[in-house]
Amino acid sequence: MRYLLVEDNAELAEAVVKRLELDGHAVDHAGSLSAAEDCLAAANYDLILLDVMLPDGDGREFLAKSRPKMDTPVIVLTARSQVSDRVGALDQGADDYITKPFDFSELEARCRAVLRRRGGSARNEIAIGAALFDPTAGTLRHAGETVELRNREIRLLEVFARHPGQILSKSHLMDRLFSYDADVTENAIEVYVGRLRKKLDGMGVRIETVRGLGYRIAAS
Amino acid sequence: MTTTGSIGRRLTFLLAGVAGLLSVLSWSMVSSFARQAAERTQDNILAASATIIAETLRNEGGAVRLELPYAAFSMLGAVSEDRVFYHVEAGGETLTGYENLTQGVASAPPGQVAFDTVIYRDATLRMARITRLVLAGSDPVPVTVSVAQTRNGIGEISTALSQTAAALSVAFFLVAVFLSAIAARTSLRPLTDLAEAVSRRGPSDMRPLNRAAPSELAPLLQSLNRLIARLGQSQRRSEDFITEAAHRVRTPLATVRAQADLALHSASDTEEKRRLRQMIRAVDESSRSAGQLLDHATVAYRAEDLVRDEIDLSQVAATVVAALQPTAEMRDIDIRLSRCAAPVRGDRVLLENALRNVLDNAIKYSPDETTVTLTLALEDGHARLEVCDEGPGLGEGPFEDLTLRFRRGANVEGVVGSGLGLTIANDVVTAHGGRLDLQSHPEKGGTCVAFVLPLA
Repeated sequence: MRYLLVEDNAELAEAVVKRLELDGHAVDHAGSLSAAEDCLAAANYDLILLDVMLPDGDGREFLAKSRPKMDTPVIVLTARSQVSDRVGALDQGADDYITKPFDFSELEARCRAVLRRRGGSARNEIAIGAALFDPTAGTLRHAGETVELRNREIRLLEVFARHPGQILSKSHLMDRLFSYDADVTENAIEVYVGRLRKKLDGMGVRIETVRGLGYRIAAS
Repeated sequence: MTTTGSIGRRLTFLLAGVAGLLSVLSWSMVSSFARQAAERTQDNILAASATIIAETLRNEGGAVRLELPYAAFSMLGAVSEDRVFYHVEAGGETLTGYENLTQGVASAPPGQVAFDTVIYRDATLRMARITRLVLAGSDPVPVTVSVAQTRNGIGEISTALSQTAAALSVAFFLVAVFLSAIAARTSLRPLTDLAEAVSRRGPSDMRPLNRAAPSELAPLLQSLNRLIARLGQSQRRSEDFITEAAHRVRTPLATVRAQADLALHSASDTEEKRRLRQMIRAVDESSRSAGQLLDHATVAYRAEDLVRDEIDLSQVAATVVAALQPTAEMRDIDIRLSRCAAPVRGDRVLLENALRNVLDNAIKYSPDETTVTLTLALEDGHARLEVCDEGPGLGEGPFEDLTLRFRRGANVEGVVGSGLGLTIANDVVTAHGGRLDLQSHPEKGGTCVAFVLPLA
């Protein structure tokens, strides 16, 4: 997916860009509203992450102004957690909002929810073996059949899909699947891997256990 | 606020006081006029009576002869029932009448009527005297006719007149008090209207007061509008300040969290990962607390002067569920909402905030892959919105304590929280005239938090 991040704090922007790139997304960064306008004129984005307080104006006003001619979904990054502020952002044409500081899994979940609401987009489908995986819709399509995946299964499969043939350790997978306040053991990964294996059955792809190291996805 | 009495009452008292003073004054004037008039009448009759008697004096063979005319006395009797005394003397000798009547009274100059008030036989008498020279033989003899009358009748007449005057004065006074009260109320009406217009306003209504007012109220209206303008300005400024402050605090926190997240991805050491997770948790905790403290302040401020719009609780529920759906999805938690139209009166922002806090709690304490159920139902005049989770439950009671500030349940270890969520919800519901019910889930042992609100 291609993101446009509009955020004036360079350090935060850098971290967010890196973090989203780790998840396999392409991210452009604009430090101001005018830079954002230039980016929007030059490229198409799947999603815009828009900060509210920018050096050359208010992100919400920018949103209200550019909403009629811009179709890209927008998630507003707000510093206030008051409901009224959030509601205000939604009224002005944002698809959703997230309060700083944010959990990347929550951001991802919100992006996915927004894109799903908007009807998704075909170009985000990833081929896995003989199946087509749509992380946004959370579906696996194979031989005219559609298999629904649950959220953690989607995230797990997404990690595997972005690193084909690579061995992924349990602890790495755990970081991607569980939020930091959940007290889970690495054994929980085995449960989700087990479920994924069942759903991938007969799709020409399997998740192998590499004893003592972790898991790897490979064509069967 | 201390009140220094009512202007209306003060005005009424003042006007009534003036009316009372005027009443007393008019009463005393009327009384004294009446007495004077009665006295003057008596004097005139006494004088007339004495004159008539004096006219009948004749010289008959060198002696002064007198024939008392009956008319002279019947005239006096016509005025009142008072006793009449008379005395006629010629050259110092009593011709007829009461002997001692004129003792100690100076004789009047000839041809003139003199009046005196004397005490005779324990009664106060009014006396008219007239002296005439009558030729008796060769020398003119001065003859003095004195006619006197008691004053009881006069007193009665003037008392009766004075009583009538008093009754009229009291009636005048009462009417004046009544009119004063009406006048006070009428003249204070614009002030009351203004006060009502101000108190009817919503908490965030900072428009100037545009209304016709008497010229005396114009300065008050002007300064009130200036105050409103200043208040609006300072409110905007403090809102801007809070936004700015939140932005300044939260942006670096977001940087720290994102960096820690990145570091966690590249870290391989378990101990290092544990530390990074702790760091992220601490960031989450502080941001959450800051948010809830802000929410709590907002709730306290808005609940003081509650907006009472008609809103559908089912829409509030749907909005909040939609907002938290992705958060629940992250942990494969299903949110089920069964609802019906439930119109209530209140502040939509506050109710959303309250429900959001409760639903957020429910998701937070739910184990993965469970269900949070929201049920909205109507029950005798109330709307009941219940949020049930399959989490660890509330543990041992009393549950009421959980709505206290910063109080958290006994079994919440390992979950980020500030203990303000239920306090906020409880404050909001209480401000709306409802209540918050806390209980453990009857079957699955989780927590059920119910908002019970009166229907609109």
